Order: sequence, then C-alpha cells, then structure tokens
Amino acid sequence: MRQSSIIDIISPIMAGPSSSHTAGAVRLGLLAKNIYNAKTEKVIFKLYNSYASTGKGHGTDKGLLAGFLGLSVDDSRIKHIFDTEDAKNLNYEFEFLQDFNRHPNSVDFVFEGDMNMSISGNSVGAGEIEITKINDFSVKLSGKYNTLLLVYNDKPGVISKVTGIIQNDKVNIASLHCDRSGKGKDASMCLCVDGELSKPVIEEINKLDDMYMVRYIKKLEN
Amino acid sequence: MDQDISTFRQLYYVCKEQNKKIYEAAIDYEVSQGEYSEYQIRLQAQNSLNAMKNAIKEGLKSTEPSPSKMSGDDCDKLQKRFKKEKSILGKTAEKIMTYALATSEQNLRMGTIVACPTAGSCGIVPSALIAYAEDYNISESEQINALITAGEVGKLVANKMALAGAVGGCQAECGVASAMASAAVTQMRGGNIKQIINAVALALKNIMGLTCDPVCGLVEIPCVKRNPFLAIHAITASELAMADIISKIPIDEVVDALEQTGALMSPLLKESSQGGLAKTKTAIALEKIF
Repeated sequence: MRQSSIIDIISPIMAGPSSSHTAGAVRLGLLAKNIYNAKTEKVIFKLYNSYASTGKGHGTDKGLLAGFLGLSVDDSRIKHIFDTEDAKNLNYEFEFLQDFNRHPNSVDFVFEGDMNMSISGNSVGAGEIEITKINDFSVKLSGKYNTLLLVYNDKPGVISKVTGIIQNDKVNIASLHCDRSGKGKDASMCLCVDGELSKPVIEEINKLDDMYMVRYIKKLEN
Repeated sequence: MDQDISTFRQLYYVCKEQNKKIYEAAIDYEVSQGEYSEYQIRLQAQNSLNAMKNAIKEGLKSTEPSPSKMSGDDCDKLQKRFKKEKSILGKTAEKIMTYALATSEQNLRMGTIVACPTAGSCGIVPSALIAYAEDYNISESEQINALITAGEVGKLVANKMALAGAVGGCQAECGVASAMASAAVTQMRGGNIKQIINAVALALKNIMGLTCDPVCGLVEIPCVKRNPFLAIHAITASELAMADIISKIPIDEVVDALEQTGALMSPLLKESSQGGLAKTKTAIALEKIF
C-alpha cells in the first residue's frame, strides 16, 4: 500500500466543512465525470448512509454536483453550485438511502444519455476516495494515479497485449486490477501508471480487437 | 537506498546521524521515494500556508451563520472580549484562540480552508503556527519548514492509524492536529529534534481517548470550539518540551497506544453520532429541528 505523503497531510485546500463529506464528494464527482466522459441527459446521485443522513449539512450534495460539473475541491462556487448556470442546465436529482451493506459514505452516480452507466464510490476519510464499481465490474480507482480503464471482451492474451504496449513506451505500471462478468464475457482492467501515457499508446490500445471502452483518467490534482 | 523513515525513532536517528532538521530529513526521504520533488513539497506547503492565512483573515471579519444556524459568531464574540479585556495568557494566546475559531467557523460556512490533517481540525495547526510566526517575526521560509515538520508528524502517525474520526475518534483528528501544531511551534522557536519529538509525545498522551460524537452528525458541535482548546494544548506541550521535560513513554509507543485506544473505543463514539454528546437530550431535540 502507498504510504501517505507530507503533502496528503497538509492538504487539500478545500471548501469546508468536511474532508470526507465535502472534498471527498467533489473528488468522487470529478472522477465519475471523467469515467463517464459522454453527453448525459440525466444524472441521479444516490447517497447512502452517513452521506444520506448528514449530507445536506455537510454540502455533500453540492460537492457531488460541483465535482461532476468539473469544479475542484477548493472552488468557492461549490457553496452556491445549485444557482450556477451549469447546474440549471443539467437534469439531475438526489436520492437519500440507507443500506448497511454499503460503506458509511457511499454514492452511486447513475447516468442516462448517450450511454447508460452506473458508477459507485466511497469516501474513505481525510478526502481520500475510491471508485469501486462501474456497472457490474469491480474496479479500483483512487484518483491518485493516472489510470487507464478498459472494458473489453474477455479472451486470452488481452492483458499481455495491453501491458506490452505500455511497457514499450517505458511507462511503469503501479497497479493492475482486473474483473469480468464471466469467462469469455465482458471484462474490465484498471491500470494505474507512474507518469503519463502518451496519446499514441492509448490509440494503439483502443485499436485492439474487442475493446469496448477506453478511458484515460488523469489523477486528481487537488 | 536511503534509510527508511516510517517511525519517529527512525526519524530521530536519521536527523542525528546526518545532522538534519526534521523537515530536511522528511523532504529528503520523500524525494528518495520518487513520488514528489522537494520543489513540489515546498510549493504545496507554501500554497497551504497562504490558504490558511486567507481563511483566518476571512474568518476574523465574518459572522455569517453555518447552514445549521447553530454557530458562526463565536470568533466575533471572542475578539470583542479581548478588545475590552486581555487574556491572562497573553497576546499570542489571544491570537491563537481567535485564529482557531476564525478558521473553523470559516470551514462551517463552506469557506476555503486547509484540511490539516482534516477539515474538522483545520483551525489548530494554522492558529498556533501563524500567531506565533506573527508575534515572533518568523520568516515565510521558516513557517514553511514548520508546516513541513507538522506534516511529517501527521504522516508518521498516519502510518499507524487512519486520521479519521470514524476510525480513531477525535484523538485521530484534533488530537493529531494538536501534536502537529506543537511540533511546528517547537520547530520555529528553535527546539532541537528531541524537544520537538517530546512535544508531540506529550500532546498525544494528553488527548488519548478523545471521542468523536458530533451533534446531528455535523462537523460543528463540539468540533468548532475544540479547535481553540487543542491549539492552546499544543502550546502547553511545546512549553513543557522546551524545558526538556520528556515523555517517559517513547513516542512510537504512544502512537501505538493511541491506535489501540482508537480501536478499543466503541463505534458509538466514533463519528456515528450514536452516543456521547450526540445522544444528549438537547442534541436529540436539535436533530428534530434540523
């Protein structure tokens, strides 16, 4: 596991009042937006447990929406996000739920539009977050690394092809997480890398057979 | 390969053997891990320091209530009081208390603060660090060094336990912030490595068992007022340590005890708002209003 850094301890610079309920929410929104990365007609934010019961007082709803609209954790507009033009032009709603099988601070983003997608994540403390599920796949995304997220048809050799292309570009893979809905069915791969993946590398991976979705998600700066 | 620094003991020996300050050893170690450069660390410290100063400035002049309307004017009250009558603790202590309240009230208003280490404890490190720096003419680069020293303290504790009320109670948030603040102040006033580390140990020992029982589940009661208390607590630790008073229990053992105490604490008292202050008659009545 990655040790924390001095930088983690003396940051983020953020809109209050809670690192898990406000800053964490913004970061979850930002990551979900970057993963979806398509035109959306409607977003449903499903807040669970503590996020649902104390979310209003902590601005969790504002944070999730602000993140989805691309604001960073220190943006002073978070407080008034509902009144912004961007928010008014978006069709969104909030649901507040209790489910003890879920993390205390957890959220689902349900996107309807060019593509339907459901993204689940947790705020795990001190502003740190994790995206744990996209549709039916388990994934591992913390926003701390540049991450390549792939959805493809499960068959032998895909992992080695992908890692080979990345290796040829001399980029180190920090972690690799794979899951699939069944043998020979849809599969997902989450690759966290040190440094940057270049455009040609991403295009080459995109051209591999049976690659349904390729997303390069940059690490969160703040 | 540089020597590992994941405990206070290791930090102490690296500083001693290589004749380094805590912030120097801490930066060198992180740079050796390859994730950040010295420039990135110092830049973050400088940006955080500026944001802390700005939060104090904004908080000092605001009386805007929090969204729950339960707080927002305490800093104003304290400033008015000190204008009429001086604190028996002196001018710097007045500043520390008001700056801590200013920052944590700003936090409630969704103003911009620095989570250091967390948002609920955001007033403690800045108030002690900045008030001391102002009154004792500490240069900006020395303030940055002090903040990095505080960051290293938080990081070494975080290696053992999550700095989250839900995991370790308030001792993991305001408690650790107070230990960080004591290190920052002791660094600025010229304390040696041993004195800084003892300040941290003394501060942590005295907040052992501090629960996290926020009323209505909000970072508000008792969090806001806990910030000035624990900022002053940091100064007490620094004063004792500067007199070469040492913690009889070595720092790493204190951190282990802190972690164990957090684990033993009932989940009802760890940010779940199911016990303590959060389940008092008044708190339950407030829940109904809010």
